Amino acid sequence: MIMDFKSTQTIYRQIVNWVFEQILSGSWKPGERAKSVRELAVAFEVNPNTVMRSYEYLQNQDIISNKRGIGYFINEDATEKILAIRKKEFLEEEVPEFLKNMRLLGIDFNEIVNSD
Amino acid sequence: MIKLENVQFGYDANRMLFNGVSWQLEAGHLYGLLGRNGAGKTTLLKIMTGLLFPQAGNALIDGQPALKRSATQLSDVYFLQEEIYVPHLKIKQFEAAFAPFYPNFSHEQFMEYLAEMEMDNMPGFIDKFSHGQKKKVMIAFALATNVPLLIMDEPTNGLDIPSKSIFRKIMASYADEQKTVIISTHQVRDLHSLIDAVSILDNGRMILNAPGDVITDKLLFDVDNQKSQEGKVFYTEETPRGVYQVKENINHIDSALDLELLFNAAVQNKKEFTEMFQ
Repeated sequence: MIMDFKSTQTIYRQIVNWVFEQILSGSWKPGERAKSVRELAVAFEVNPNTVMRSYEYLQNQDIISNKRGIGYFINEDATEKILAIRKKEFLEEEVPEFLKNMRLLGIDFNEIVNSD
Repeated sequence: MIKLENVQFGYDANRMLFNGVSWQLEAGHLYGLLGRNGAGKTTLLKIMTGLLFPQAGNALIDGQPALKRSATQLSDVYFLQEEIYVPHLKIKQFEAAFAPFYPNFSHEQFMEYLAEMEMDNMPGFIDKFSHGQKKKVMIAFALATNVPLLIMDEPTNGLDIPSKSIFRKIMASYADEQKTVIISTHQVRDLHSLIDAVSILDNGRMILNAPGDVITDKLLFDVDNQKSQEGKVFYTEETPRGVYQVKENINHIDSALDLELLFNAAVQNKKEFTEMFQ
């Protein structure tokens, strides 16, 4: 597992997105235990404080929960929560960029619909 | 806690290297100590560990002057220098001779780290090993001491490509809330995913000393004005990938900290950076 450290996205956000992928693809299942902070830090070769920050974000978004002394667990409705976050990001970040490029290149909506 | 207070030092009475440098380090962070050649990074680390004495000011480890070099203090610090000295001993003999100085030394960890770097079962004397092999043995030993203050001067110099990745993995598993790790380096690309606090030494002063999240809260690292906003631009660099900028982060946008850009921005804006990160 390699992080793209030259990316403009922070390492902590890249780890969050990686966790999103694990849950959406079903390799991390709701109700199961998430990998420990240390395990992920070693796998990604990053400071454990960075992974901790990702896990705090995931906890604030109700995607994982911390059970004291046992570790982090994936919440039952994690998939729905992630899809909601993804949808919001898509509408707020990717769509405006997409529309900007359409204007810039002089493409109209009919062209897009027909190209499908 | 490690503290330098107004340390003055010069190898030559007519040319002071430090005219009152102060530095404070908190446990639980892995500090990257950055500075140009000749900035005095190694000298500063020697003062901190009691190998050199400040001509004025104090170097304190948990409130005690480092220059006292008490036995308990020495057993709490490990300084892996860039130029490593190794005696004419085999790995086992080296461990038997030096491990007893460190009460938290772990034989299991030492063996594990050596194995990860493919240095277990290495026959022969350490002083006959190649530079990189010596370095691996000394890194494994340094980490196995489990000291609260671990200092490494250019640890990745001389390591081959696979070993750098193994070094990062070992460091990621080593860091915890009780330990302070300082890595002095020019090889920021080797280590930037591990460094979570940055100290920049320039012209005898610490012009920046802050955790990574504080830095990215105050500064925005931007490519091609993607996150364009008002605010002062501290540094600009044109690359084939786009225009990189370090800006004032007035809207508190999250961006990825780039140590090379940060360093260049800091040395060009010493006064502003010193004030900003006070």
